[in-house]
Amino acid sequence: MFSRAAWSLVLRNRRHGTRGSHGPGGIARGEGKMPPYTNYYAQRSYPMPDEPFCTELSAEQQALKDKEKGSWTQLSHAEKVALYRLQFHETFAEMNRRSNEWKTVVGCVFFFCGFTALLIWWQHVYVFPEKPITLTDEWKARQLQRILDMKGNPVQGLASCWDYEKKQWKK
Amino acid sequence: MASGALTEPQVHGLLAKRLWFHIVGAFVISLGVAACYKFAVAEPRKKAYTDFHRNYDSMKDFEEMRKAGIFQSTK
Repeated sequence: MFSRAAWSLVLRNRRHGTRGSHGPGGIARGEGKMPPYTNYYAQRSYPMPDEPFCTELSAEQQALKDKEKGSWTQLSHAEKVALYRLQFHETFAEMNRRSNEWKTVVGCVFFFCGFTALLIWWQHVYVFPEKPITLTDEWKARQLQRILDMKGNPVQGLASCWDYEKKQWKK
Repeated sequence: MASGALTEPQVHGLLAKRLWFHIVGAFVISLGVAACYKFAVAEPRKKAYTDFHRNYDSMKDFEEMRKAGIFQSTK
């Protein structure tokens, strides 16, 4: 979405030889798209693109555009709305409407997290080598006993939580 | 679209208002965080150290460690 706005900005700077703003597909994709797809993309951060929404106007719409060149007090409310729709396609409220896209995004994120978990599990079974000796329970217990003997961090840390008389962790 | 019936919104001093709000807020929050740190972390730590050292006998501690067999220079 943002790349389209940025693309039209880039094209706008090169005035000579370019007409109108194209989507990121470029000219190869063809200018006219079948409805409901258009090349017109207004968004909250880029609400008023330079090209109007409707460029090919029927005779009736063209007559309305000619009337717009006169005094605007002569336009009825319905005509003003029609002119707005020709230029901008959607109101701000419609353009900024919420969608349910976030549910899809969150669902896909969780799905791929789960898939990654499966891959890691497979790795754990088939790829990882043996645990080193220093990670066995027996070694870890001897290591902890040695740290307590050396009274590591006796004020606020590990040895402060050990009761040396009763030989157990303090409650 | 005359705005006769509505009150005019504030048009001047918007940046100043925002800056003032954030300056005051930053002051209050940083003082609050500093005070919380002092009373939740720094003071208890100082107290723990003074309590520890009040009745600390380093020679007794050393003897316990020596008996546990951790030293290389003595048994």
